Amino acid sequence: MSVDTEISPARQYSVLPKVSADGSVDGELLEVAMGPQHPSTHGVFRMDVVLDGETVVRLKPVFGYLHRNHEQIAETASYLGSMPYTDRLDYFCSLTNNWAYALTVEKLAGLQPPERAEYIRIITAELTRVVNHTCLAGFLLMDMGALGTPLMYAFREREKILDLFESLTGARMMCNYMRFGGCRVDLPAGWLEEARKVVADYPAFLDEFENLLNTNEILMARTQKVGVLSRELAINASITGPGLRASGVDYDIRKVDKYGIYDRFEFRVPLGDHGDVYDRYMVRVLEMRESLKILQKALTDIPEGPIMDPKAKIRGFRPKPGESYGRIEAPKGELGFYVISDGSPNPYRYHVRAPSFINLTILEDMCIGHTVADVVVILGSVDIVLGEVDR
Amino acid sequence: MFVFDQIARRIQDAVPGVRVEIIPNDTPAAQLSLLISTEHALAVANFLKNDPNLQFDYASSVTGVDWLDAVIKAKTKVKRVVDGVEKEIEETTETRRPGYLEVVYHLYSMRLKHGPLIIRQRTANRSDQNHVTSLTPVWRGCEFQEREVYDLYGIILDGHPDLRRILMWDGFKHYPMRKDYVPPDDFEYEPTPHDDVLARAKEHYPK
Repeated sequence: MSVDTEISPARQYSVLPKVSADGSVDGELLEVAMGPQHPSTHGVFRMDVVLDGETVVRLKPVFGYLHRNHEQIAETASYLGSMPYTDRLDYFCSLTNNWAYALTVEKLAGLQPPERAEYIRIITAELTRVVNHTCLAGFLLMDMGALGTPLMYAFREREKILDLFESLTGARMMCNYMRFGGCRVDLPAGWLEEARKVVADYPAFLDEFENLLNTNEILMARTQKVGVLSRELAINASITGPGLRASGVDYDIRKVDKYGIYDRFEFRVPLGDHGDVYDRYMVRVLEMRESLKILQKALTDIPEGPIMDPKAKIRGFRPKPGESYGRIEAPKGELGFYVISDGSPNPYRYHVRAPSFINLTILEDMCIGHTVADVVVILGSVDIVLGEVDR
Repeated sequence: MFVFDQIARRIQDAVPGVRVEIIPNDTPAAQLSLLISTEHALAVANFLKNDPNLQFDYASSVTGVDWLDAVIKAKTKVKRVVDGVEKEIEETTETRRPGYLEVVYHLYSMRLKHGPLIIRQRTANRSDQNHVTSLTPVWRGCEFQEREVYDLYGIILDGHPDLRRILMWDGFKHYPMRKDYVPPDDFEYEPTPHDDVLARAKEHYPK
């Protein structure tokens, strides 16, 4: 392995036109660097695309522009000190990030959150999933040229849920809400009624959204049979989340691990048949409906009680030496944390298994043979957030 | 929960010559792991993936860990004759453990819905013998994650199809996740570095 550092990365990996022995150039390929500043890449993300005419023959994702070595920063901070930092991974879904980290450390230290805290976690996590999927559908449509309208509809609904987050945690997006062994603050007065109202109104919005979009001719033409991902490749390439289930693999960590108290809720796992962009869109829309079912039950059943495990220590928290890996079904896929403790107040090793980073592995496989306009749609359906990809 | 002795024995039966060691974990998480010798790692991975009772078809997480040289202190009670009287004395023995780099894989089975099985590979040391075997030929999902391990830890994964830096830029010379990594003084972007920044940089890079 030798990297010639004199040559810029963009030059180094370019496919040059094939030159025959007689000096004639066979097939002119064009290399395009899409990004890092490109409205369709959802952040600072670059794709070095090699085009034959308008068809993609090669695509290499290039990222790291937002890399701040989150893992090393966490290794120099206390366990709790990196909780607010997890908000900045997938900044759309800070509450699920909090939960994944809290779950891992609870496994490591043997803490058990009380029942009310588990209910609050499920409520906030499912609200986060609804927010993420609604906005993703909006962004995906915007990538296809539906400028504004679906995204603004999505943002209008998102704002109602963000208001709930704000009144509960004090922040709209960077919530920093979960703690090892429970949650930071209890629900404010009247919060449950507000949440019930938002959840009760949501299906009407989804009906409107689906009526507008599901059978839209442009959406169908642009997404069906585009970016097909086979079942076998999806499993082998560690794809998780809606992208995996759109390829027909029944694997939802809420069902498999039953972390928290998910075994008390009845919900179905929507699966796709074709594994194309349309299926990924539909799986997300259907997942929102299942999330709303969970929310309705959780908001009725939530008991009174404490929200912190009495064994939990905020100060002087030093887990025994050892390691633990915890994972949850985040809106984008399996979000895992891997923590090694050496008995000191800060983790010896802290690793984030970021779903959108790993879901990018097969971006090239999905894009080859499609036009460059489809690349934008396929990337949109993978659902990446660069804060999590680059860490 | 797996019976780790049994899995270790079955791996040894399936792959002759492999060294398998069970790494304990005393925390409530109780996730044990298997340390596999690197030269047989590919065969072991194939066995774990294809065995009908295990079927680990999904490599969830791949990551590196850096273990520095360490002195492990152990206290033992020894009987000694002191001033003609036999006494029990507590003696501290110090063993030097040379540092190594480690790659950790978390495997699950999507078909049988079990896991995690954690396997580890270790390098011989932290400087020149930093090679382990890449498992990307078995699980495609390791591709980017092994590139990240190479990028941040400087572990060379033999057999990886496209091993190059992924998060840091190509001109970068160091491995930032190593425990002894010192960030440079001049990392901040300066259009024309001068005075203080240059002086600090000079101190950092002696020549």
